[in-house]
Amino acid sequence: MDVSQYLEIFIDESNEHLQNLSDQLMVLEKEPDNNDTINEIFRAAHSLKGMAGTMGYKRMQNLTHDMENVFSEVRNGNMSVNSELVDVLFQCLDALENYVSNIQQNQDEGTDDNEPIIKALNAFIASEGKEQESSDKAEHSSDSEAITPDIDYNGIVLADFEKNAVNEALKKNLHIYKIRVTVEENCILKAARAFLVFKNLEGHCDVIKSEPSVQDIEDEKFDFDFSLVVISSESFGEITKIIKSVSEIKDAVGEEIKTPFAEEAHTEHHDEIKDEKKVDKDSKEVTVADKKPAPSPSKQAAASGKTKPVGHTVRVDIEKLDVLMNLVSELIIAKNGLVSASSSEDTDVSVNQTFNEQIEYLERVTTNLHESVMKVRMMPIESVVSKFPRMIRDLSKKLNKKMELYMSGEDTELDRTVIDEIGDPLMHLLRNSADHGLESAEVRKERGKPEVGSIFLDAYQDGNNVAIEVRDDGNGIDVDRVRNKAIEKGTITEEQAASMSDKDIVDLLFKPSFSTAEKITDVSGRGVGLDVVKSKIEALGGDIEVKTTYGEGSTFIIRLPLTLAIIQALMVKVGDEKFAISLGSIQTIEDINVNEIKYVHAKEVIHLRGSVIPLIRLRDLLDVPGEPLEQENITVVIVSKGDKQAGLVVDSLIGQMEIVIKSLGKYININKMISGATILGDGSVALIIDANTLV
Amino acid sequence: MEEVKALEKNEENNAVAVQYIVVKIGNEQYGINIQYIDNIVRNQRITRVPKSQHYYKGVINLRGEIVPVMSVRLKLGLEDDDYTDKTRIIILKVDTATIGVIVDQVKEVVTLENKDVEKANKTTLDEAASGYISGIGKSKDELISLLDIVSLIEEG
Repeated sequence: MDVSQYLEIFIDESNEHLQNLSDQLMVLEKEPDNNDTINEIFRAAHSLKGMAGTMGYKRMQNLTHDMENVFSEVRNGNMSVNSELVDVLFQCLDALENYVSNIQQNQDEGTDDNEPIIKALNAFIASEGKEQESSDKAEHSSDSEAITPDIDYNGIVLADFEKNAVNEALKKNLHIYKIRVTVEENCILKAARAFLVFKNLEGHCDVIKSEPSVQDIEDEKFDFDFSLVVISSESFGEITKIIKSVSEIKDAVGEEIKTPFAEEAHTEHHDEIKDEKKVDKDSKEVTVADKKPAPSPSKQAAASGKTKPVGHTVRVDIEKLDVLMNLVSELIIAKNGLVSASSSEDTDVSVNQTFNEQIEYLERVTTNLHESVMKVRMMPIESVVSKFPRMIRDLSKKLNKKMELYMSGEDTELDRTVIDEIGDPLMHLLRNSADHGLESAEVRKERGKPEVGSIFLDAYQDGNNVAIEVRDDGNGIDVDRVRNKAIEKGTITEEQAASMSDKDIVDLLFKPSFSTAEKITDVSGRGVGLDVVKSKIEALGGDIEVKTTYGEGSTFIIRLPLTLAIIQALMVKVGDEKFAISLGSIQTIEDINVNEIKYVHAKEVIHLRGSVIPLIRLRDLLDVPGEPLEQENITVVIVSKGDKQAGLVVDSLIGQMEIVIKSLGKYININKMISGATILGDGSVALIIDANTLV
Repeated sequence: MEEVKALEKNEENNAVAVQYIVVKIGNEQYGINIQYIDNIVRNQRITRVPKSQHYYKGVINLRGEIVPVMSVRLKLGLEDDDYTDKTRIIILKVDTATIGVIVDQVKEVVTLENKDVEKANKTTLDEAASGYISGIGKSKDELISLLDIVSLIEEG
């Protein structure tokens, strides 16, 4: 059986479990006595172990097994959770993550046994002075034996030659066991599980008979149990343990056949009375199986040889797919409506009306369709930010500063491509905050701040954008020192420095020359690689802004577009040319009397509701041919970026439109202010103006 | 791109015959190797792109794709285009990029053999144009300047 088809699911699920483990460990560290958390951890570790086992990743399985032992001790109250233990457990998670990423790349878990970690884990068990006991316990938990007779062996009957084999084996002092294996009742792929049982038994014993036959078992022609007769040199406990190591195997009970056939009579019976622990464990397996039936069929070692790396998948809520299906059928209905309208023989007037109705309908459907498809591509930002608490914890230890990360808006959704890219910049900003932003405990005390520093990560939707804020209550940026440093480094001249606002100075931190040349960290506590953050975010069509108050902390605000390919835009006309402006950046549209235009520094501005807004004449900016119109009133589109505004002067407005963004190709040089082009209904091309670059 | 060039050279040296589309720009005839040609379309509304290179007229919509359009006249340092009903846009595919060039008229397809082609003598040619001519072809007593499409498009 080939497991490669399950590999993607395996990787997805493993990552989910790892993330879950990491989250729960964080909780556990704070609340060492939280039983729910311990149980959750145990469950996750157990599922991971099972999954790794079925996929044939032995090292991963071993490591999780040892983790599970530790958790089991903790759960039984034999061990207490302390910070060191959590450290080691986090190391385990890292090691497991490595395995998974190796598997993702080349379908092989790698060769690192991670023995130091395993040793450390075992040392914890040992240090509690219960190693012996615990390993005993582990043994017991899985094959606790008790004596109960009368097991139904599916009416297994041995043929003569099989009986001979048994007799032969007995002469050689080998053990013969009759075993009845029971599969979980909600197991999806019983045959696969049974197959695994056989596979795992290979090398430990010979299966001489099974009821139903092996063929029938593989064809899933059995209920929830099957019986085996095996010959082995190993103890009964060992064998049942092997069988039960397969997930979703509920039980394996049986007896040893000690007497040669023909005189089959008294035998020693073994059975399992599930002790409490076992029941507990089983019930957990059930929940896991319930939740994720899909990955369980994965089995056997991964396909041998190097195959292509596993691709990216998006899990889509079935409801979203249903919505898509509905919309597509509506689309077909709308099309049919148009067809019938065009072939109807009514008078012109009514045909026209039907046409218009159908077109409106079509429009509604396509808009909804677009929205739904975008939703399918959307993922909650949680998948990125969920690893940050762990990172902050590590940083806190490393930097020896106490800090706490508060996150909100993890369910804010972004396009998948953006999600993939946004992780690094965010991580960078958080590191910056932790490393340079937050002061040491002493300084904090002096300043009357709480000893524990706070870092906030807030995500929220803001119009057509998603904003992500990284905020800390630390030192803030010392503008004067940045200014001096900039002059010293020749980035700006002294005259320039004098005329620059604090905000302009802070923006210098995003300049490449500033971050790479020298350690700006000595000066202001900020800087390394902020230019990389900025360029990455700009590549995603977003922008970044920083607000800071010296002594009180700083806030980095990232704004990202919700979608990439299709946007709502306002179509405007300048001269004979049409342009599109993304609706997301438009605040208002104003009719301004030319007399209201004022001049500041020989630049046109208008006064609007208390703020002074510079005017940009698109006609001049875009070199539109022809003479400007002589108008009493001009139409101004007010666009904004953050709290900055600008007014774009256009000749006239056409209206709102949903446009598809297309690229202009690589040979033609385009100015930064043109973000692409789109095709209008009449087939002509209109350029899209990126208002963000103009503000 | 190098490969394309090498391929082209190879073909010119060894291949028995190469087909060229002969176009008229100003008073001269130019040949465009048919391997680059994707399509020939009538002149259509070109959307101007501000602040681009002066020899780019703008972009057009070619069946849903945005294709930049270049004026060969301007690139060769000739007068600006004068659109007539014979004006055509030749859609070229180089590597994966698609680009359109405006020509005054498309005349015919000729097949030139190696012996019909004379390597361009750079000094005899107009300076602006010289870089983009790979050779001179002779066909029925007429001379055809063979355009070096790759450098025409690549060089900016």
